[in-house]
Amino acid sequence: MDKLTVSPSPHLHSKVSTASIMRDVVIALSPAIVVSILFYGWSEILVLAVSSVSCVLLEWLIAKYLMKRPELFSGWSALVTGLLLAMNLPSTTPWWIAVVGAVVAIGVAKMSFGGLGQNLFNPAITARVFLLISFPVQMTNWTVPNGFIGGVDAISGATPLGIIKEGLKAGESISEVLAANGMNAHTLLRDIGGSGGEISALALIAGFIYLLVRKVVKPWIPLSILATIAAIAAIFNGIDPEHFTGPNFNLITGGVLLGALFMATDYVTSPMSKWGGVIYGVGIGLIVMMIRYFGSYPEGMSFAILIMNCFVPLINRAFHQKKYGRA
Amino acid sequence: MAKLTFSIGGIHPADSKLARDCKIETLPLPDKVYVSMSQHLGAPAKPVVAVGDSVKTGQILAEPGGFISAYVHSPVSGTVKSIGPRKDLAGFNQTHIEIDVQGDEWAEGIDLTPELVTAIPEDTAFILDRIKMNGVVGLGGATFPTHVKLSPPPGKKADCLILNGAECEPFLTSDFRILLERTDEIVVGAAIMQKVLGCCPCVIGIEENKPEAIAAVRASVARLAYPGIRVETLRKRYPQGGEKQLIDAVMHRQVRSGGLPIDVGAVVQNVATSLAVYEAVQKNKPLVTNVLTVTGDCISPDRQHNYLFRIGMPLSFIAEQAGEVPEGAVKLVSGGPMMGKAIANLDAATVKGSSSILYLGESTRRGQQCPCIRCGRCADACPMGLEPFLLKRLWAAGDDSGLEANAVQDCIECGCCQYSCPANIPLLDNIRMAKARVMGIIRARNAKK
Repeated sequence: MDKLTVSPSPHLHSKVSTASIMRDVVIALSPAIVVSILFYGWSEILVLAVSSVSCVLLEWLIAKYLMKRPELFSGWSALVTGLLLAMNLPSTTPWWIAVVGAVVAIGVAKMSFGGLGQNLFNPAITARVFLLISFPVQMTNWTVPNGFIGGVDAISGATPLGIIKEGLKAGESISEVLAANGMNAHTLLRDIGGSGGEISALALIAGFIYLLVRKVVKPWIPLSILATIAAIAAIFNGIDPEHFTGPNFNLITGGVLLGALFMATDYVTSPMSKWGGVIYGVGIGLIVMMIRYFGSYPEGMSFAILIMNCFVPLINRAFHQKKYGRA
Repeated sequence: MAKLTFSIGGIHPADSKLARDCKIETLPLPDKVYVSMSQHLGAPAKPVVAVGDSVKTGQILAEPGGFISAYVHSPVSGTVKSIGPRKDLAGFNQTHIEIDVQGDEWAEGIDLTPELVTAIPEDTAFILDRIKMNGVVGLGGATFPTHVKLSPPPGKKADCLILNGAECEPFLTSDFRILLERTDEIVVGAAIMQKVLGCCPCVIGIEENKPEAIAAVRASVARLAYPGIRVETLRKRYPQGGEKQLIDAVMHRQVRSGGLPIDVGAVVQNVATSLAVYEAVQKNKPLVTNVLTVTGDCISPDRQHNYLFRIGMPLSFIAEQAGEVPEGAVKLVSGGPMMGKAIANLDAATVKGSSSILYLGESTRRGQQCPCIRCGRCADACPMGLEPFLLKRLWAAGDDSGLEANAVQDCIECGCCQYSCPANIPLLDNIRMAKARVMGIIRARNAKK
């Protein structure tokens, strides 16, 4: 009674905290993680463990000993970065490459900008792009799904996106590429090798719906990315189906879903307003399709998100809330 | 029927109406009351009694100190013991009249019978005079003198009188109780104010979490059959009872920044004010009583109360009537948990606008502040469409013109931003300081013109 607090209003606070938000993101990622472990087995577990532990440990070490501000260690947020990084790596990635990725994600992309909330670029994607350019062989050594469930031996090979890109570069048409690789339009959508987080569309979507229900994210950014990709693919594929892949294929393959649902929606590196988010999403969709159709890489989701990350401060400046009584 | 609500922002805190089923109890009289001269918005009232005078209940103690000011009446009968500074509940010194209570003998000409008087005086000047002379002020929080608000400036006309029964603040139940127990008087009060405002239509807005009140008021409106009064159900959403938000919800009009509700033809009065208007006009009874809720999340259900109190009663007296202050209390708040003031001084006296003594436990403690993750929840929650994260940053950078350009002066201090922030950033603390500075700059600039 003799120790009453006096402070300005409000005297209530919602139960949502940064930690509870990041915990929700971890929960949302878990279906896709489980599926990737089932598909890729022990090697995927190793990548997930090394990446997560290195990210959390590195952030703690940097906050405590380099920045000397231990309160900047964000805990759950570092775990989210670690999981997303692992989900962006092939399951065959050597453990030390995952550690290098963690150094780039946490050390370079996040903490050198001032830690949580201050970074311009998505840490996990920055690390993925760094690794892709530095270790192109290891980073494109995709395994066709072959883990705790399914076949016996792991087969290493390129992803459908990669196969088609190579074929088109060599001057073949899409049907010739598919025939030459013993694939057809049906298996194309089934055997989509890729990094841990890319292989289960359903698990990713289920996790994202959880985030929507928990009101952690809003749907505008993913919807505008997916709609833009589908629209561009429909137009080009409609004009010339022999040289341009179609909407379904482009939506389901590569990092589109993982990127659109979980990477492009990162609070810190995406616009805050609804219409800002739509511009950002359309930009990502455009850049992905430019890279896929006309660039030299088979996939462009990471680059697209990083490029649009640069525009976020400008977009935030251009789009404001609708104000009361100032229409 | 469609439920009405405002169009921008808002939050959904748990409503925690723990005292909703507690009938209004009349408190006994204390030995002393301390009547503040500043219980309304505007200039403090000027005492017209001297130390040693004996006063009767309802007798005028002080007269208005300016155009925007109000009469103050004695809540008890007794002897004026002293007139001087005393700390109010926020700890600021205000002039108070201290009265030794000797019984409860009411002044002449006040009708204390319970009979409902439904016939409304024809003369609006008479009505306004009664409202003014009986010291009626807005009881929804701002305590703006009611006779001023009911006298639109020349050339402005009221299109709608909105009676605010939203009571959107969690915990508070005093408006709910009077809507149930004083229903007819509130409806007559509304009809009186309609008359003053040129017989404009009246909408009584009540939030959906008070269905009993909605039914009671609907029945009363039908029974009394005054023209042009209707009841609307409002969605449960904070700050539904904010003046600007309520106008948006009911009339689908928005008051321009810096403007007044009357600019869009709206006059908003709280239901408790309507009751005070009824008593002032029909019974010639001054505003010396009001209802407050004693409640909180750290006191047991049998300790929740709705009390009819006399203004000037020390908060400590009311708290004692309700029992000991609980061990777990971290904060005592006068008013709602979103906009009320933390009580620094339990010896402070109640005023006309007192609406609660709220005991908050551990849940009110502020969490550890973390870095902003730019989630945008504050901007989504702001009912004025402001960007609190941006305002805080501009305040930290000392950018006054940036703050003004981003409308910091429009902030209604509802607390939605700070409530919503997952990083526990004290957004409103910062915005209040920024708003005060920018308002000062705007006033200085206007004074030069």
